[in-house]
Amino acid sequence: MATEATDAAGQAAEASGMPQLDFALWPHQIFWLLVTLVVIYLLLTRIALPRISSVLADRKGAITNDIAAAEELKQKALRAEKAYNDALAQARVEAAKIVAEARAEIQKDLDAATAKADVEIAAKSTQSEARIAEIRDGALEAVTEVAKDTAKEIVAALGGKADARSVTAAVNARLKG
Amino acid sequence: MAGEAVVPLTEDVDGQMFHIDPMHQFKIHPLFGEGDVHWYTVSNVTLWLAITVLVIAAILVFGTRRRAMIPSRSQSVAELIYGFIHNMVEEVTGHDGVKYFPYVLTLFLFVLFANVLGLIPTSFTTTSHFAVTVTLALMVFLGVTLLGLYRKGLGFLSMFWVSSAPLAIRPILAIIEVISYFVRPVSHSIRLGGNMMAGHAVMKVIAGFATMLVVSPVVVGSIALIYGLETLVAVVQAYVFTILTCVYLRDAVGDNHH
Repeated sequence: MATEATDAAGQAAEASGMPQLDFALWPHQIFWLLVTLVVIYLLLTRIALPRISSVLADRKGAITNDIAAAEELKQKALRAEKAYNDALAQARVEAAKIVAEARAEIQKDLDAATAKADVEIAAKSTQSEARIAEIRDGALEAVTEVAKDTAKEIVAALGGKADARSVTAAVNARLKG
Repeated sequence: MAGEAVVPLTEDVDGQMFHIDPMHQFKIHPLFGEGDVHWYTVSNVTLWLAITVLVIAAILVFGTRRRAMIPSRSQSVAELIYGFIHNMVEEVTGHDGVKYFPYVLTLFLFVLFANVLGLIPTSFTTTSHFAVTVTLALMVFLGVTLLGLYRKGLGFLSMFWVSSAPLAIRPILAIIEVISYFVRPVSHSIRLGGNMMAGHAVMKVIAGFATMLVVSPVVVGSIALIYGLETLVAVVQAYVFTILTCVYLRDAVGDNHH
């Protein structure tokens, strides 16, 4: 009954030119279709899909790792920059300290030299004063001597007999004023 | 059976200028020798199904053989198809549906490459036969129904009872829902098979006019246009078939509220 029906349908299909409606050929197509689908399914699940999903997972992992590494490097760079700035500030402080120290040292040296020079100058001026006093004393003595000699000569020229002791006494008295 | 209907184009049967046999391309004949086509016979159907498998294997297995971090062109295509269907399954059916991704991808790849390979002149389009599309649609229909009953039990039937509608019209809606549910495999299969068959038949009919000298420039131009349209149809129908499969699958694995 069924075969008659399919035969009839097949003839109808043949007549109308529609191979699609030739039901006698359906088992053939369905059989090979199922074989095809099973083969495709096995190819996909056994080989292709694990491969592609592992590649995609690897790539995702690699990208995540790269982003993490980049973040880490960025932090490292920030830390390095901070360290550089710190070092720079510290160096500046150090330099200022050294400058201040050097200035203090120089000041000290200068003070010491000034003091030494002052002492030397004082000593020199004392010496000079002493020497001036000496010269002044010498000059006074010479004046006394000259005055005595002159007085003796004047007395002698006037025809007097000059007594050396009395002349000296007289000159001394005059000099004392 | 196969050879009789073949009428060479040069043969001027009834004094006609040309002979058009748009259905000849859908004929099934044994590859080796003559005779009847039994269920096990190796025919042109077998040949083009095998070519479909080979092309799929070439792109998805051979193309990805290097497992490169930076993909080659063929690996990019394989990854693109994988990502496209994976996203579709995940978005349409939800997270639970992802484990049925290999089945959906099998259907998509088969339909896509069977459609596209059918565009090669003188090839045989396996998806233009209702035997193939009805089998595919019934597999989806039965698979989804059994899966839904297995996962949700009688709760699966609650999708026919529209709880958001007023109580009075729910029985009527239930009848409509049940009818539309059982019409699904019909529309699912006829949509694909009909598109493929009609498109190819139209191309054959128009190509037949190319032997008329007067209109042949117009015919050649329109064939080029229709070929482009058919390429679009081949891809879009594969997409439509797959996304409908996902939509049906959502009834079985997703939550009922949508």
